[in-house]
Amino acid sequence: MTAMRVRQAIVAALADEMRADANVIFFGEDVAEAEGPFKTSEGILEEFGPIRVRDTPISEMGFTGAAVGAAMMGLKPVVEIMFIEFLGVALDQVVTEAAKTRYLSHGTLSVPMTIRASVGSGLGFGCQHSQTLEHWFASTPGLKVLMPSDAQSAYSLLRAAIQDPDPVIVLEPRILYAERGEVDTKKIAHIGKASMRTTGTDLTIVALGHMVNIAEEAAKAAGVSADIIDLQTIIPWDRETVLASVKKTGRLIVVEEAPLSGGWGSEIVATVTAQLFSSLKSAPFRITTPDVPVPFNGGLEARFAPTSEDVARQIKHALTQSGAPQPWWVAEGVAK
Amino acid sequence: MTSSLERRKALYGNDLACYERMVEIREFEKITNALFAAGSIRGTTHLAVGQEALALGMASTLQPTDVVAGTYRSHAIALALGLTPHSVLGEIMGKATGCCGGVGGSMHMCDTSVGLLPTSAIIGGGMPIAAGAGLAFQVQKSKNVGVALFGDGATNIGAFHESLNLAAIWKLPVVFVCDNNVYGEYSRIDKTTPIEDLHKRAESYAMPHMAIDGMDIHAVRKGIGEAVERARSGGGPTLVEAKTYRFSGHSRADQALYRPEGELEKWQKRDPLLVTEQDLIARKLVTQEKIDQIKSTMESDLAALAKKVENDPEPQLSAMFSNIWTPAKAGK
Repeated sequence: MTAMRVRQAIVAALADEMRADANVIFFGEDVAEAEGPFKTSEGILEEFGPIRVRDTPISEMGFTGAAVGAAMMGLKPVVEIMFIEFLGVALDQVVTEAAKTRYLSHGTLSVPMTIRASVGSGLGFGCQHSQTLEHWFASTPGLKVLMPSDAQSAYSLLRAAIQDPDPVIVLEPRILYAERGEVDTKKIAHIGKASMRTTGTDLTIVALGHMVNIAEEAAKAAGVSADIIDLQTIIPWDRETVLASVKKTGRLIVVEEAPLSGGWGSEIVATVTAQLFSSLKSAPFRITTPDVPVPFNGGLEARFAPTSEDVARQIKHALTQSGAPQPWWVAEGVAK
Repeated sequence: MTSSLERRKALYGNDLACYERMVEIREFEKITNALFAAGSIRGTTHLAVGQEALALGMASTLQPTDVVAGTYRSHAIALALGLTPHSVLGEIMGKATGCCGGVGGSMHMCDTSVGLLPTSAIIGGGMPIAAGAGLAFQVQKSKNVGVALFGDGATNIGAFHESLNLAAIWKLPVVFVCDNNVYGEYSRIDKTTPIEDLHKRAESYAMPHMAIDGMDIHAVRKGIGEAVERARSGGGPTLVEAKTYRFSGHSRADQALYRPEGELEKWQKRDPLLVTEQDLIARKLVTQEKIDQIKSTMESDLAALAKKVENDPEPQLSAMFSNIWTPAKAGK
């Protein structure tokens, strides 16, 4: 075990994969000489050289698409998208090309590429640099979508992503880059397998990315014994672990850093409700952001993503009442 | 209080007023930098030190009814077009008094009273929008012009090609202004782009193009003026490349340690403030004494403003839920 920051765990995973497999190449904006705007590629150019590690122009469609083509020809490209919003201009290459290549080649071609992107609110980057946007990808068959919650999962998930034969998107909560944790570099994640953050009996909380940490704080504050499931993979998600847990606890809350409408948590709640209806002690529900852009002002942004105080309030509600609680903006009369 | 529009109108035909506005931008960015360093500004901020002549040359040539689609590096163009230092600093500090009510932040300036469309934090994001504004003006038979202001890095994004091509085939009243400040984020232009004279890219769209000295307000006015005149008179779009230099790093996280030795110093000799001062002194419009006075007054005025803005009200919680959709019209 080694103590490292999340961003260092990302560097370590990339370096370990590049050492293990000469087909792994890495490129993106200012990732080589400048070692990444978030220092997520420190020392990579120095160790692996300019053939395998490249700075790109500001051309996300061009270089993401080049990764798709290079992957078809047998390389394992890893590209960095500085802020997930920058993938907007390259979306065609991801959802319409990469995700369909296996299908349209009648199984003769694979696209073993990895897209890493920083995501999330909380740092005052404004509404065009603070979204998580996993729902852009979650309904595109052919892609796999991962999100780490700490240094260990940042390491283990990235290694699994690079090793995977299909296009994988790793969404890295920017707010966690500087967080420290113990990392076992022998652990490589299984894509599609959730991780238990804590185990308990009162209720099940499913969360993703930084919301796993928020859920853990909230459960502690509420004084409850919870199964906190760190989903880690959004597609394909770990139905088995979630269903087994809710079957045991009878209660489910999903915590998402994404707008109420169209979130991945709806899929979890729908599946659990349909399959475990008779075992439920209360209505499964989601805690999400409101359906608004991420506000810049610090006081407002602090209310945007679910807070541990608010999650704790809703946990208490779930344990005492059968119906779902109102989101804070309704409970406080700020919005409908 | 002076409105954005009054501040804009004060620039026309007044070289001293333009110079004073350039000093305002320079001092404003110094204060922004200091407030950021002191932790009074969250997130990120992209300074426009060294790009004042381009901003003022544009603002004193375009009409307030022309529209500008800019970028995340927009403090200079916002102040030049007329936004008050209060509304710009208020926005950067997330205050209710900011031009976007504090929900936008440093990268998002807007004031439609002087033609500033919401600035985009996505490279190239404003370019098709400027073309679209031009399309509206063409359809509406108005004489207004759409202007896209973008950096050298944006010429490598797909939106550049698509919007220039579209503007060319439809002969839209648009001026594409490339602020070539030599650096795209942390990379020098020669590392990301095979040519240095970016305006030549217009040739593949059969579009008129020119390079101008972006450090000299007269050169900017002449070039932008010619392009605007062409657009207004139905002659279609122009690509104008203003040669400037980014005196600061890309954002506050960037110390710009990658610059070749001596490059910054070389460009500082062409500092737009210096160039303008020499011109104004030569034309006897101002004395060195007056210049010193303008600078010290501006510095103290803005310092006082910063103190005031720090105590401005924060946006209400309801601001977070406002302006998501346009309210339905009565009776519908």
